[in-house]
Amino acid sequence: MGSAAFRGGVHPHYRKELTASLAITSMPPPAKVVIPLQQHIGAPAESLVKIGDQLLLGQKIGDSKGFVSAPVHASVSGTVVAVGPYNHPLGRKVEAITIQSDGLDTWHGEVKPAGSLDLMTPEQIRGLIREAGLVGMGGATFPTHVKLAPPAEKPIDTVIINGAECEPYLTADHRMMLEKPGDIIFGLKVMMKVLGASRGIIGIESNKPDALRVMKQAVEGEAEISVVSLHTKYPQGAEKMLIYVTTKRKVPSGGLPMDVGVVNHNVGTAIALAEVIKEGKPLIQRVVTVTGEGVIRPANLMVRIGTLVSDLLSFCGGLRETTRKLINGGPMMGLALAGEDIPVIKGTSGILALTDDDVDLARQRTCIKCAKCVSVCPVNLAPTFIAQAAEHSLIQRADKLHAADCIECGCCAFICPARIPLTQWIRLAKADILDRRKQQQK
Amino acid sequence: MNDKLVISSSPHIRTVESVQSVMIDVLVALFPVALISVLLFGYQALVIMLIAIASAMLAEAAWLRKLDFFGDGSAAVTGLLLAMTLPASAPWWLVMIGSVSAIIIGKQVFGGVGHNIFNPALVGRAILVISWGGHMAGNVWPVPKPFAFTADISAVTTATPLAGTEQALNTTLSQLFIGNVAGSLGETSALALLVGAFWLLYKGHIDWRIPGGFIGTVFIMGAALGEGFYYNQLLTGLFHVLAGGVLLGALFMATDMVTSPVTNRGKLIFGAGCGLMTMLIRLFGVFPEGVTYAILLMNALTPVIDNFTLPKKFGEVKRSA
Ligand code: SF4
Ligand code: SF4
Repeated sequence: MGSAAFRGGVHPHYRKELTASLAITSMPPPAKVVIPLQQHIGAPAESLVKIGDQLLLGQKIGDSKGFVSAPVHASVSGTVVAVGPYNHPLGRKVEAITIQSDGLDTWHGEVKPAGSLDLMTPEQIRGLIREAGLVGMGGATFPTHVKLAPPAEKPIDTVIINGAECEPYLTADHRMMLEKPGDIIFGLKVMMKVLGASRGIIGIESNKPDALRVMKQAVEGEAEISVVSLHTKYPQGAEKMLIYVTTKRKVPSGGLPMDVGVVNHNVGTAIALAEVIKEGKPLIQRVVTVTGEGVIRPANLMVRIGTLVSDLLSFCGGLRETTRKLINGGPMMGLALAGEDIPVIKGTSGILALTDDDVDLARQRTCIKCAKCVSVCPVNLAPTFIAQAAEHSLIQRADKLHAADCIECGCCAFICPARIPLTQWIRLAKADILDRRKQQQK
Repeated sequence: MNDKLVISSSPHIRTVESVQSVMIDVLVALFPVALISVLLFGYQALVIMLIAIASAMLAEAAWLRKLDFFGDGSAAVTGLLLAMTLPASAPWWLVMIGSVSAIIIGKQVFGGVGHNIFNPALVGRAILVISWGGHMAGNVWPVPKPFAFTADISAVTTATPLAGTEQALNTTLSQLFIGNVAGSLGETSALALLVGAFWLLYKGHIDWRIPGGFIGTVFIMGAALGEGFYYNQLLTGLFHVLAGGVLLGALFMATDMVTSPVTNRGKLIFGAGCGLMTMLIRLFGVFPEGVTYAILLMNALTPVIDNFTLPKKFGEVKRSA
């Protein structure tokens, strides 16, 4: 079964061959982990521990009363050695708990299977998911239990599992689909049960024929679940694009997927959900693709949350001299890191080291109005005009040009021959617009 | 922290295309028609093109006080495009003046590439037509002599096909298509122009909507309103498309990125507007040819067109069902 195409998009070099054939291996737990209290969208968690506390693996160490929030857990057993601000992938310092590992990985007693799925109510399942600290693992890090609790007036009929993995370089989702198809389908079924959805769709880009094959085999006999092959085009995995090509429904401007009866989750989230139900495991580890020409031994690794990038990289043989950019995530939407003393968080799908050859430092020129940015924008914006407005602080004009609809996919800046940082300007305008709207609401 | 690391906002990878590579692609696209013009008009054509390109690049380098003559390549493109609008008989000083005015008046006074409102090459040409009309008028165009490699500049009697109906009747459409007719360097061979334009379409540097709207409108108006050069109205429409500067204008001048709209609907409107103005000038104006002024006029309207044709954002229409 093929899918429709969305308008716009780009075809960057995918470079997935660096890691696509490497099976996921476990990185041994590091001597020290740093666990930020905010690894998700929403209210930050508050620390439940203090220096000197002895912790067990999987023990809850931070939580919040806010609904849109997620607790964090100890990813090693050991001693709390610091509680305080620490470097965060977002660039600023965030409260974090540093744990010195005792090397024993002693599980906390509360980590045990939750019992039979059939006997659980949606409320109970949502509670388990919340307690396990699950967030969207594709990078958006929106708390999973919130996504699974839409208001009653927005019935959900379809759950989509995002296996597009359209970001160049990253192969974590690809490997998970090859290695844990059963867990993905189990996780999807739990989501469908919680939401009362009758249809499950797994969307995979056509450049992963082996994953398509494995997943199709795995859903054989499942009448409600289908696997859809998607065109290989960035940003195929963006929420609105994925929903459009698999269901032909367009999420309204300013709206959410639930407005069209859809919820979507990343494959990593589905697996983590399966582990919560089957084993009671909170989210303490994730698969990270460590890749890029700057990495000596690229790999797909199962890594403890809170592992420092420096430890991760030395496990992969270290960095080459030519490394110029270190990125948390993929090259199109990831965050540039200022150094290696930054922890892996729940949303870290990859650590990418780009070299001198990949990092384009060409001078910015004036816009030649080639319209390439307009033709690649998947949400039909005119990036050149929005960026111009933002540059001149014309926030109202940027708003009129629908800057708030930008999904920050980076296509416009990628394609611009004049090397104008369009996405950056539009992001700024968007932030200003959203701020203003908030203030007006007050 | 590591100070070798570059910290900048996503995306972290870029296309290999640059302004310069786009401009080089445009130069490559003009190569077929440049070649044909040398075959038809001899070395004089080559000399004109070289003078035009060199003086454009020099004028830009001097204005910007930079030694990098090629720069982003846009000056070379302007020079070559201007040369394409000149007759093979144009004297060297005329070429130079045209090129320098194209760069300085057409582009730099507006603030340089990207800021200009009008197509610089056409500004240069318009200035030459106004000031030295005698050298630019239709009755001095050299007769092309295929493969002679030197044009006989004295044999300049043939008017371009558009100047009058009698000659027009004698010019067959196939001659127009291949290029064996009198005209400016770039106006002669439809085939060479199309080959170049297809390359640009393939590279994604131009969009079909501008030439489509332009040529389509000229064809329809020519067929509907043209005075029967031929017994067949459709052929009359085709004649209007192939004769004169329509193809050069539609494929290479109107598609100039800086001075045409960025939106898809805007491009179509812009192209159709160029076609409409061209035909109004041809059919009802005092000049036999109107492509230059038609495009310049539409250039001025570009910002307005862009503003009124901003694309509908994704999901503006709720549920496409
Ligand atoms: S891609 Fe860059 S140069 Fe082209 S129109 Fe957009 S901003 Fe201008
Ligand atoms: S404007 Fe936003 S959504 Fe459109 S291409 Fe640029 S980053 Fe992507």
